[in-house]
Amino acid sequence: MTELGAIAWALRRDLTLAMRRRGDILNVLGFFVLACSMFPLAIGPQREWLQRIGPGVIWVAALLSVMLALPRLFEHDHADGTLDAMVASGRPLWALVAGKLIAAWLVTALPLLALTPALALAFNLPTSTLPVLVGSLLLGTPVLIGIGAITGALALGLKSGPVLMTLLCLPLYVPVLVFGAGAVEAQAAGLSPLAHLALLGAGMLAVLLLAPLVAALALRISVE
Amino acid sequence: MNPFRFAAPPVFYPLAGRLLPWFTAAAVLLAVAGLYVGFGIAPTDFQQGEVYRIIFIHVPSAWMAMFIYLVMAGYAVLTLVWRSKLSAMMCRALAPTGAIMAVIALLTGAIWGKPTWGAWWVWDARLTSTLILLFLYLGYMALVAAIDDTTRADRAGALLLLVGVVNVPIIYFSVRWWNTLHQGASVSLTASPKMASTMLTGMLLMSLAAWMYAIAAALHRVRSIILQRERHTRWVRQLFA
Repeated sequence: MTELGAIAWALRRDLTLAMRRRGDILNVLGFFVLACSMFPLAIGPQREWLQRIGPGVIWVAALLSVMLALPRLFEHDHADGTLDAMVASGRPLWALVAGKLIAAWLVTALPLLALTPALALAFNLPTSTLPVLVGSLLLGTPVLIGIGAITGALALGLKSGPVLMTLLCLPLYVPVLVFGAGAVEAQAAGLSPLAHLALLGAGMLAVLLLAPLVAALALRISVE
Repeated sequence: MNPFRFAAPPVFYPLAGRLLPWFTAAAVLLAVAGLYVGFGIAPTDFQQGEVYRIIFIHVPSAWMAMFIYLVMAGYAVLTLVWRSKLSAMMCRALAPTGAIMAVIALLTGAIWGKPTWGAWWVWDARLTSTLILLFLYLGYMALVAAIDDTTRADRAGALLLLVGVVNVPIIYFSVRWWNTLHQGASVSLTASPKMASTMLTGMLLMSLAAWMYAIAAALHRVRSIILQRERHTRWVRQLFA
């Protein structure tokens, strides 16, 4: 029961904090939309091209947005000493981390998912691909946040900041991007996206189980 | 005799120093022999002409790039589980060699690809996953370089290596699948006819040379790391007294 209590406590705390700093959520959303809108400006407004690159662009932009929001996950708590208190509290650290990850997903990924249909329209994606696009993001974003939590915990408090995070995260994000964007592409090509989605789902289950444990270990390494 | 005795830096430092010349000599001799067989004796390939000879450098370096990452992951387990200091030093000593091997594999692949595929770079599954492997090496080196505290850097680097090694096969298969969905490579090495035995000999000699070189380079580097970390101890001071 203490595990569930710890998860709920960390979840409630991080959600409260996020609601007090709504600007952070809007910043990530703004980045997501802006990053997507750069591509039509760069390659031209031809509808067929946009339709072709749309799923990939939306997926890459979502991936970068999640990565940009990752430093918030542990850095504030590290700076004000909360993290040291969490490690020392005797509560299961993995459960606290799990609560934080759920909160991060609700605050970062869920708004992105809500905006995705609008962006899909902007790229002229056929409506039949929309459920697959949202579904692939639904399965893929927890993996992004889970892996990002591990690398973020390893790089805790370092001055090298975002560049280091990019170098650590992006290579590990490759499979998620391949299967996520691939699912939409398969649907657009008239094939079944189920194989891609099944692999994404398997990845999500593995990350749900392992990421809190590994991230907690990484936090201990960084804090002790 | 306890083999873990050699995990103590004061014991390992002179041992590595004694082994180093042997591995260096073996690397040079094998490379000379391998290059001679590869560029002098091996026949011209009837499909690819002379350009195929770059595989005598390309294949061993690609092989080492992958293998060194696995070895580092092995040392990472020793670092995390037994808190062995020397294993973490070995990880750091091996990383630059692995990254260099990945760079050599990518460069020689590009040089081979231009006349063969007509492009310096194709998004072939093996090329792409080697590129990502290079980024995994760079990420590891950047992380350990960014952390000032040695113990934290060692353990954080080890954990990153383990996360990476779980991901390497997933990355490889995801990229391969992605590649087959897009377009296949026009020429495939795996589909090429059976190699002449001299080609195989040349490749074998060059692979052994790459092994010996990697061991020698790692031993050389780990000696410097040991000296740097143990500079305040008595045995290092006596060494330079």
